[in-house]
Amino acid sequence: MRNCSSSRLVLWLSPLALVLLTGCQGGILDPKGQIAADEKSLIVTATLLMLLVVVPVIVLTLVFAWKYRASNVNATYAPKWAHSAKIEAVVWLIPIIIVSFLAVLAWRTTHALDPYRPLDSDKKAVKIDVVALNWKWLFIYPELNIATVNQIAFPKDVPVDFRITSDTVMNAFFIPQLGGQIYAMAGMQTQLHLIANAAGTYDGFSSNYSGAGFSGMKFNAIATATPADFDKWVAQVRAAGQPLDIDAYRQLAVPSENHAVAYYTAPTSRLFDAVMHKYMAARTSLALSEEDIKLDALTKRLCAPAAARSVN
Amino acid sequence: MLLGKLTLDAVPYHEPIIMATMSGVGLIGLVLVALITRYGKWGYLWKEWLTSVDHKKIGVMYIAVALVMLLRGFADALMMRGQLAIATGGHLGVLPPEHYDQIFTAHGVIMIIFMAMPFMTGLMNIVVPLQIGARDVAFPFLNSLSFWLLTSAAGLVMMSLFVGNFARTGWVAYPPLSELSFSPDVGVDYYIWALQISGLGTTLTAINFLVTVLKMRAPGMKLMQMPIFTWTCTWANVLIVTSFPILTGALAMLSLDRYLGFHFFTAEAGGNAMMYLNLFWAWGHPEVYILVLPAFGIFSEVVSTFTGKRLFGYKSMVYASGAISILGFMVWLHHFFTMGSGANVNAFFGIATMVIAVPTGVKLFNWLFTLFRGRLRFEPPILWTLGFMVTFTIGGMTGVLLAVPGADFLLHNSLFLIAHFHNTIIGGAVFGYLAGFSFWFPKVFGFKLNPRWGKAAFWFWQVGFYFAFMPLYVLGFLGMTRRLNHTDNPAWTPWLYLACVGALLIACGIACQLVQLYVSVRDRKQLADPTGDPWNGHTLEWSTSSPAPFYNYAKLPAVHDIDAFTDMKEKGVAYVVPTSYEPIHMPKNTAVGIAIGAFTTALGFAMIWHIWWLAVAGLIGIIGSMLTRAFDDDLDYYVQPNEVEAIERERFERMGIDVDAYSEREPARKPSSGVKPATLV
Repeated sequence: MRNCSSSRLVLWLSPLALVLLTGCQGGILDPKGQIAADEKSLIVTATLLMLLVVVPVIVLTLVFAWKYRASNVNATYAPKWAHSAKIEAVVWLIPIIIVSFLAVLAWRTTHALDPYRPLDSDKKAVKIDVVALNWKWLFIYPELNIATVNQIAFPKDVPVDFRITSDTVMNAFFIPQLGGQIYAMAGMQTQLHLIANAAGTYDGFSSNYSGAGFSGMKFNAIATATPADFDKWVAQVRAAGQPLDIDAYRQLAVPSENHAVAYYTAPTSRLFDAVMHKYMAARTSLALSEEDIKLDALTKRLCAPAAARSVN
Repeated sequence: MLLGKLTLDAVPYHEPIIMATMSGVGLIGLVLVALITRYGKWGYLWKEWLTSVDHKKIGVMYIAVALVMLLRGFADALMMRGQLAIATGGHLGVLPPEHYDQIFTAHGVIMIIFMAMPFMTGLMNIVVPLQIGARDVAFPFLNSLSFWLLTSAAGLVMMSLFVGNFARTGWVAYPPLSELSFSPDVGVDYYIWALQISGLGTTLTAINFLVTVLKMRAPGMKLMQMPIFTWTCTWANVLIVTSFPILTGALAMLSLDRYLGFHFFTAEAGGNAMMYLNLFWAWGHPEVYILVLPAFGIFSEVVSTFTGKRLFGYKSMVYASGAISILGFMVWLHHFFTMGSGANVNAFFGIATMVIAVPTGVKLFNWLFTLFRGRLRFEPPILWTLGFMVTFTIGGMTGVLLAVPGADFLLHNSLFLIAHFHNTIIGGAVFGYLAGFSFWFPKVFGFKLNPRWGKAAFWFWQVGFYFAFMPLYVLGFLGMTRRLNHTDNPAWTPWLYLACVGALLIACGIACQLVQLYVSVRDRKQLADPTGDPWNGHTLEWSTSSPAPFYNYAKLPAVHDIDAFTDMKEKGVAYVVPTSYEPIHMPKNTAVGIAIGAFTTALGFAMIWHIWWLAVAGLIGIIGSMLTRAFDDDLDYYVQPNEVEAIERERFERMGIDVDAYSEREPARKPSSGVKPATLV
């Protein structure tokens, strides 16, 4: 990191300089997964494209200001010159051209980098259900029958499918080195598809302010070097974990700050759906299937008597 | 019961920072009261200012409020930067979230709603009627009322510091965090009522000025001959009347949730917080153009004045501003690309946002070509303008970058975003207001501001800005998110220090401006502007005296050109001494505005603290005041010709024009001494 701060002078030139400050550890300029790498290169491309017009404007501003200073009586003075069809056509055209390029770029990348789009891979994705709580993250691995707080792991080069909701106010789920963020909202589900292409432990946190304990709402995302390492981690969670039943969940939902990493086993089945459903409990569906009835019962247990959700 | 939720515990006795601030504010207040009493100025203050309906005086009061709130909002900024510079590497700093979260919320609300908006409104008040050759606005009393509503709202925000607390939600107050279940105390209620009351005032101002420019332009002035600042204010006013009702509606729904148990935006019972985000930004995005468009107008006036040139591409400028206004309404979703909309929706709003860069780019080019072949005089207003052109271009670029959804997924809510919008709001709007402040100051007070201190202020602001916000771009790249109370990433620490240094440099800039005010008032004789045209201006406001007489124009000017006053100077009719004067119809001062402001403060305070009897009393007071006004027939009067003549004679004599020697039909010659020639060419 020291090498970053020493190049502080470069900074004053333009934000481009910052893009060039690669090699910094952490952050979005040091991507460790395909999504983050694509998003970073998008930032670089778009910035370079815009500099094509930004740099001339800045330079011309300074050059014109100097050249046409009042004391320079040799410079041409044309007080009534205020219109030129040619120049006006050009000044409308230049931004239109640049923006057209950007628009095509934006349209394509928005679809390619849509957080809801499953990643192309021949490997089976790891599924993780994410619940934002005050002020910690609960991660449920529905297919592995484990759950964790403030720590996740998955093998590198394997896609990870996140389903995300909140059992409190709005948060945003963000692992900068692996890819963009997405909001976590109560009663709703968002999705994110990420992949790590290098082993390591990456910072994750909430990037949407959620109240007093927000600054401590951090987690680790561990990309293991091999699937075997991941299995080892799962075994470790199973060994150390407590069962995540309704009572344990409600205990967890009580607001707390800087929560330590915790491991759970046997999360109640469909807990994630029940957490979402909790906020819809007032609505009754016309055609309840047997599954729906079970979910409803689970939701009722989650809610009764008034779950501890208040900030204070 | 009598005091609702209000108890003595609401006053934070145990908080040394707040108590010190409170005693400081109290002390300054006492000194002011003592000074006013000592010099017997209460009557003057009441008659000449507080009850005034003169648009220029109301404008000055708006700017006074803006400057006071700037100091408050900037104190918040210093505390935030200080906290984040201390609270690194495991330290928790000095401000716990309980305080810190109020500070960043208050900073945002104050700087946008109570600093930038009144500054913009103040300049518009002072300048627009003068620029279109009108004697006042269309509804002078309404104008006074708008000001007092704004002041009432600002008063509530200041009260929240000492009685109760302010919202801890961020300035956007997203539910469900801002709902009763997560924010049970009065903070969010202060927020709601302050925004509602000031929003009402803003909407009334916009209606007032739209009618004014449509109905009260000087004879001969076509719409496409209005000065460019008037045009950009007009576009801003169109945005205000179309967007502020959305905010009013959204906050009304939030109030119903909080007060009457509705479920518009609650997480449970079918409420939908996403709807609030949409509504908030459907106002919030136009709001940034409301702030920046008038600033664009100021830059246009300043560039064309200090280059001694016509503005390049006037029509392009008007249409570009219009395009920005209309497009500004179609981009709100870019504030939440990360909410999970589909790729088509995100791409649409991203591209719509980029399209705004086209008219904005055109404006920049037009300013550039106004500089081209000009004769640039480096007075403070042009320094702010050049600083803006460089700084805002960077801010525009980072804005377009954020408009690319794929990039925004990484940069959203990061300090990169914070850097971007300060880059555009400070580098765009605030630099513009400060340019306008020094540009039009002589028109209001009759003397120029000291240029040396003005230049010093500019350089501190400009350099301070880069120190304060370029590190935030870096921190965004390094993955630092906004609204953190403390950090523990060693890579961030040096940048946080640097940003703190930047804030201190800006503080020096603000100090220079205060010194500048003091020095300029002290040296007002040397800095006097006897002609009313200190910069060789183009537009009508420079054709009347400085300070402008209360009736603005003894005779309504006839307009034949966009640069109406330059046109007059070139034709040699700029300083014609009229042969006779006619009675001038003027509005009378009224205390109803300040009365309604006071009752509204009571109503707002009562609603915040659930003191229902006071709320009813406040409401009755408001309605009663309105009825008093409605049944009052003594609203206006005529200024008699002999009084006008006396005032105008004094002005011409100050300029060295001998009124009596003036033969009746002879066109005006420029006075010889101490006055610039009428035309430079």
